[in-house]
Amino acid sequence: MQKIKRIFICAVIILACFLLETTIFQKLALASVIPNTLIIVTSSFGFMRGKKEGLVIGFACGLLKDIMYGNLIGFYALIYMMIGYANGFFESVFYDEDIKLPLALISASELIYSLVIYICLFMLKSDFNFGYYFGHIIMPELVYTILITIVLYQIILHTNGMLEEEEKRSASKFV
Amino acid sequence: MKTKNQTSFSSKYWLLALALVCIILMGLSGFAGTGKGPLSWIAGYTVVPMQKGINTVGMWMNDLKDNFATLQEIKEENRELRDKLDEMTIENNQLKQNSATLERLQELYKMDQNTADYPKTGANVIASKNSNWFTSFTIDKGSLDGIKVDMNVLSGAGLVGIVTEVGPNYSIVSSIIDDKNVSAMILTTFDKCIVSGDLTMIDDGVLGFKQLENNENDVSIGEQVVTSNISDKYLQGLLIGYVSEINVDSNNLTRSGYIIPATNFRELQEVLVITVTKEDLIKKEE
Repeated sequence: MQKIKRIFICAVIILACFLLETTIFQKLALASVIPNTLIIVTSSFGFMRGKKEGLVIGFACGLLKDIMYGNLIGFYALIYMMIGYANGFFESVFYDEDIKLPLALISASELIYSLVIYICLFMLKSDFNFGYYFGHIIMPELVYTILITIVLYQIILHTNGMLEEEEKRSASKFV
Repeated sequence: MKTKNQTSFSSKYWLLALALVCIILMGLSGFAGTGKGPLSWIAGYTVVPMQKGINTVGMWMNDLKDNFATLQEIKEENRELRDKLDEMTIENNQLKQNSATLERLQELYKMDQNTADYPKTGANVIASKNSNWFTSFTIDKGSLDGIKVDMNVLSGAGLVGIVTEVGPNYSIVSSIIDDKNVSAMILTTFDKCIVSGDLTMIDDGVLGFKQLENNENDVSIGEQVVTSNISDKYLQGLLIGYVSEINVDSNNLTRSGYIIPATNFRELQEVLVITVTKEDLIKKEE
């Protein structure tokens, strides 16, 4: 029961972020750049819940992106999945009260995501104008994503805290 | 200790399995073209209605905001609009002259298709791609409304893009600034060129054109660039934009330069979809 509830809530968070990105943030674009909220979700579930959950959440986020706007299904899913998995390695050094590690991890994830997109979709097409893309897309997106992280991460953290509390309670009931 | 090993093994196992799934999916969708089949059907009935909902709320809020606009602002706007009307009247006169020239030229070139006659249907833009690298957007009409892949999409002013993917009640339009090459021609001289956009240029609000023959035909700044008759995807004579800069290439054989697009790609709300594709027209002629 608790598991179903967790899956349901994760699905709602992912869907909400996707909808925000495709509709509302398009209107709130700063320097004609939108933040990448899906990477925040993937990364935070990665270091809060471990490799496996980061992996699955990342896969779901990427697949949603692929289905709606991708040319190749599975491309974004693979990238998000790897990022979620990699964040899972930091589960053991993560504490709820600390905001520095999550910020650093999410920024690093966002940066790696942008670099992978550039390398796979632009550099391989012999588009070597990296300086321009770095200044006009990668950096603004990173800064905007960090700004959004400060708000969104708190929401995810509290939701996760609530769910874990409930899970603990229902587990102790059976013992 | 034992349990820890088990979990790390199982997460590795998951990683491998899902990576394999991704790679297989990529291979399949690569070979099968854009056929997403049931997936796009599911998306059409789950995600798209929500996007539509948010968009409706957004438009309603815009309306509400407009309701609260003060008399001052409306007066101001009225004045601006009047100025614009004057401008438009002048432009219209000019266009009438242009169309007279066009008719004459069309007769010369024996073209019997008039671009204004293409059947069109209106659609709302309900969402945009959540990526800063590419520009494509979702419109609220799909295969149920008769939209097909490769149909051309216009804004009020000019060419916007082409339908690349169709779901039951939505379709995805990829815009011409999105790394697409469009075969175009200069309206007055019928010289062919290739128009393409990329991220660096669209930030400056221009598209590039290249491979325009360097012949005796003079191309002046402000001249209209339209889609050419030899393109196999784009219908002929759709306005792309106006020449803003032209240079002779170093090989002295071709010219290239920049075009100011007729469409404002950042603020698209309603678009027109032309409900015939070039393929239909070619087949009909045969």
